[in-house]
Amino acid sequence: MALSTPASGTDAGALAAAAARPTVRGTSLWRDGVRRLLRNRLAMAGGVVIVLLCLIAIFADVLAPLPYTKTNFGRLNEPPSHDYPLGTDALGRDMFSRMIYGARVSMLVGLGAQVIVVLIGVPIGALSGFLGGRVDLALTRFVDVMYAFPRLLFVILVMSMLGAGLLNIFIAIGLTGWVGIARQTRAQVLAIKEKEFVDAARALGVGFGRLLTRHVLPNALTPIVVSVTFGIPEAIFTEAALSFIGVGINPPTPSWGQMVGEGQQYIRSYWHLCVFPSIAIAITMLSFTFFGDGVRDALDPKMK
Amino acid sequence: MLQYIASRVLWLVPTIGAMALVTFLVMHATPGSPLDPVAEGANPLSPEAQKNLAAIYGLDKPLPQQFLIFLGKAVRGDFGKSFVYKTRTVMEILVETFPISLLLGSMALALAIAGGLALGILAAVYQNRMWDYVSVSLATVGVAIPNFVLAVFFIILFSFVIPLFPTGGWDSPRNWVLPTVTLALAPMGIIARFTRASMLEVIRADYTLTARAKGLGERPVIFKHALKNAFIPVVTLLGPMFAAVGTGSFFVESIFRVPGMGRFFVLSMTGRDYPMIMAVVLTYGAFLAVMNLVVDLLYGALDPRIRY
Repeated sequence: MALSTPASGTDAGALAAAAARPTVRGTSLWRDGVRRLLRNRLAMAGGVVIVLLCLIAIFADVLAPLPYTKTNFGRLNEPPSHDYPLGTDALGRDMFSRMIYGARVSMLVGLGAQVIVVLIGVPIGALSGFLGGRVDLALTRFVDVMYAFPRLLFVILVMSMLGAGLLNIFIAIGLTGWVGIARQTRAQVLAIKEKEFVDAARALGVGFGRLLTRHVLPNALTPIVVSVTFGIPEAIFTEAALSFIGVGINPPTPSWGQMVGEGQQYIRSYWHLCVFPSIAIAITMLSFTFFGDGVRDALDPKMK
Repeated sequence: MLQYIASRVLWLVPTIGAMALVTFLVMHATPGSPLDPVAEGANPLSPEAQKNLAAIYGLDKPLPQQFLIFLGKAVRGDFGKSFVYKTRTVMEILVETFPISLLLGSMALALAIAGGLALGILAAVYQNRMWDYVSVSLATVGVAIPNFVLAVFFIILFSFVIPLFPTGGWDSPRNWVLPTVTLALAPMGIIARFTRASMLEVIRADYTLTARAKGLGERPVIFKHALKNAFIPVVTLLGPMFAAVGTGSFFVESIFRVPGMGRFFVLSMTGRDYPMIMAVVLTYGAFLAVMNLVVDLLYGALDPRIRY
């Protein structure tokens, strides 16, 4: 039947179907969500801190008073003073400047890793759910094995084998992080592909790729967005944890986790070395958690 | 039921086997070798010496054969000698350190369950009042903040500002307090959040209303009628809880200088100590798989609606 339909007819039908359902309902859902999010004070406070952190990360070169590698061997491990607002580390480097550059690593990993996770997880989950049958079985089996592996354990294993470095962190988080999002996308797609509007679109002759990307996926977006907002702090935590044990970011590039890891050994003598980066990690994680909670409540009030 | 248990127990074998295979592949597929350490300052070895060492440790054989040899020995509890601690077998190290990690993990989990349930119930019973806010904020802090960051704050607060507990070590029960609390906070937060949500739902259910209507006091309503039902979904969380406590313990053990297994986890990986890596990953993995199974069975036992 699809063969006998003129090509232009198919397109028009698809357009009509697309215009009739997902877009209209979609906009109102999103607009509603944004309104609910704006009303949530805790989430907005988290959002403001996140924006500030992003600005600090982007303008680190301008904001930092000293380069993060600049050593001053005359003034090692100094507590906060007028010259060095957050003190100096074991090599006489300015803690304040290193903290500012540390934001760059955290934000880059948090946001960048999620891009990779989405690019791997969503297509796999969508295809698995949409195609069903043997492809689905093979993919779910694989996902189940990956899921059984304690995640942090696997990331540490991969990192210690690949060696430290920002690129390797992306690889390690990307390799492990897509599993959760793939599972979620698959469950959504499974439910949505049975809906009448998908049947309608298919009856109108919409092709496979267009059906999946234009009709099914937009309706599966809510849980994906929620999962991404929670994935960001998880990636930031992973980087901090990896750098803490020394398999994350390569020195001399500063990372908060690495600063806590090195500083905690001298906590008795030089408390400032690990306390300031600890506070930075705590604030960042809390902000993302508050914001994520807000996004979840705003988009899907039932999930609370 | 028996058949279900039997099939689940049998499934453990391929699951753990798959974990061993994945770990083995990751170890060998990545560049570098234990004979030729990439670490700075490592002694360069002559090719002959490398060959001899490879023969001693069986690293000269083809990979599939190495994997099969490992499996055959591991089944009999022999993980070989550690590459790094050359005088001791991996099994000796595990026997010495695993009980310590297990003690720490069990104490943390017990605290997490008791504290999480208490906070969750308080929050639900006093919804939108002070206790609710206290427990929700405590739960959020526990979930959001990494345990090594919490550890730093705890040491500053409870070892320096108020000198109540030592900063580390494992000799007396006084040393156990801070690591246990640090490790327990994250799972406690998750349990509290879940218990709260689950309790709120149950408190509004018809049978709770019936219990109240027949004149029962607040206490029996909450503990006998509501909690029993609210507890069921919380049990599903216990599986991931074990994982959280297990992986969390590397960090907590290293900060508080606990002589447990966690320390070897990172050391063996950065040192490319193949036998040690396999043993540690498999011990954690097998422990988790067994615990997940126990949790699933417990779930069925608690909820008579579930049939296998």
